[in-house]
Amino acid sequence: MLFLINSDVMVLFGLLATVLFVLGLKGLSHPKTARRGNRLAMAGMLVAVATALMAPQVGAFGWVLAGLAVGAVIGIPMVRATPLTALPQLVAAFHSFIGLAATLVGVGMYLRHITFNAVSSGLATEIALGAAIGMVTFTGSVVAALKLQGVLGGKPWAWAGRHILNLGLVLALVLAVVLFTMQLSFLPLAAIILLAGILGVTLVIAIGGADMPVVVSMLNSYSGWAAAATGFMLEQPVLITTGALVGASGAILSYIMCKAMNRSFISVILGGFGTETSAATEATPTQAVKEAGMEDAAFMLSNAARVIIVPGYGMAVAQAQHAVKELYGLLEEKGIATEFAIHPVAGRMPGHMNVLLAEADIPYDAVHELDDINPRFKETDVVLVLGANDVVNPAAQTNPGSPIYGMPVLEAWKANQVYVIKRSHRPGYAGVENPLFGMENCALVLGDAKAVVEGMVTALKNA
Amino acid sequence: MDLSPLTILTVFFVLSGLIGYFVVWGVTPALHTPLMAVTNAISGIVVVAAIMVVGPDILDPDVCTALPCPYPEYTGVLQWSARILGFLAVVLCAINIFGGFAITSRMLAMFKPKAAKASQPATPAE
Repeated sequence: MLFLINSDVMVLFGLLATVLFVLGLKGLSHPKTARRGNRLAMAGMLVAVATALMAPQVGAFGWVLAGLAVGAVIGIPMVRATPLTALPQLVAAFHSFIGLAATLVGVGMYLRHITFNAVSSGLATEIALGAAIGMVTFTGSVVAALKLQGVLGGKPWAWAGRHILNLGLVLALVLAVVLFTMQLSFLPLAAIILLAGILGVTLVIAIGGADMPVVVSMLNSYSGWAAAATGFMLEQPVLITTGALVGASGAILSYIMCKAMNRSFISVILGGFGTETSAATEATPTQAVKEAGMEDAAFMLSNAARVIIVPGYGMAVAQAQHAVKELYGLLEEKGIATEFAIHPVAGRMPGHMNVLLAEADIPYDAVHELDDINPRFKETDVVLVLGANDVVNPAAQTNPGSPIYGMPVLEAWKANQVYVIKRSHRPGYAGVENPLFGMENCALVLGDAKAVVEGMVTALKNA
Repeated sequence: MDLSPLTILTVFFVLSGLIGYFVVWGVTPALHTPLMAVTNAISGIVVVAAIMVVGPDILDPDVCTALPCPYPEYTGVLQWSARILGFLAVVLCAINIFGGFAITSRMLAMFKPKAAKASQPATPAE
């Protein structure tokens, strides 16, 4: 057998790489240690790749080094060219590469072994699993990236027969895997790849835009499992340990995202969210809301002692981060304590909003998570809600009939005065009516988030 | 010890998953996007598998005299196809590794704490 040479030294270096990866992830527990963590992870990768190059089953260094160089030449400029608002698409695209790579590795392993008739049914099972998980990750991530980029609509694909279709695909996939492990021929392997590819598309295309943070985390997890599967194929512990780390990380993020939306993982996967609810709210009469000008809001801000800003994805879409930073700077200068409140699902991927605020030079210690900041809303004079909606919806706590009932929300309504900056009276992404807008202490400031915040900055400067 | 590789590898798999589980719960939510980017880069570890699929230099067709080849006339084609697939996989993984670490560094460089109040009067004093 060709690939079973597994020297002790290789495994030990693999262990070193894994330890470096674990320490790297550990570094992300605080922004202070995060950069060191990233460097440790880089060192881990260097160790792993160098070890692989010394492995007895590797010879064609020219090919390998050329491949690495091409990847660097594509990857680094790709990252440089991406604005941080487009980060979720980029991450989804990266997941797709790993998925495709795992599939290619599976097929390559098959080809190398079939030459010598050395495909056992055990190896065939591992190849089948790796290729299938890889392919689901690949096509699923491509669809997710296209949705996030806006090429495909954000609306979920709510065809009623999709569950039966998916079930059929899964059954056919299982059948193909069984057939492959028995026959060891190429045709069932091709069928596995094709079926898994279709399954990836049908799974992700059914999931609505509001659930994208879950999808991105889930695909992150899958890319880890795909890596682990290639480790079983090649009997390389470093791939298995690292793949499991990544898989666990993505799974936790998916769980956190689901919890923040009060949705079960199963219901997100089954998809279709956002369709029934929008139909239901269209019938509801719109409530009476107050409107305010940006000068009024700016005046209230200038007289406040404590201000909380709740940014949502709308802020990122309007590219208002830098205007927000200016507003933050002005308020801090006036001695007004200003903080930011971030809901876990604000943005299109976990932690997306924190990165956007950091990019605008807003210090991370002014940015707080839901549990930390919720008790402080009642001591706050003015809350500014910027392009967020469902995450400040009191119906999540009060109205059991609401589609978002039970979802943890930022209790903005407890503040003395809330200003919601919105482009229109329309409900948010999930299409759910927000009773906050009708409350006594709430007023809407209509307009583009960037224009309104800039207007407030001017008004504050002139005051 | 007389364990099958599958058993040993399964132990690795489960224990690493558990380590990952406990470590990742410690990651601050503010850094969840960098976490995803760095795990993206780390999952480029598939490059190790890809490098092995690229494999040693193409085997001579006469290896089939020593080993039983079911398709002796296709030996070269099969090996070359595997090499090309492996090469593509190396490229894809390398994009992830370089791109993933680059985007993580770029993001982490932006996370700054509040400028310490005490240090502010110190600078204009110059």
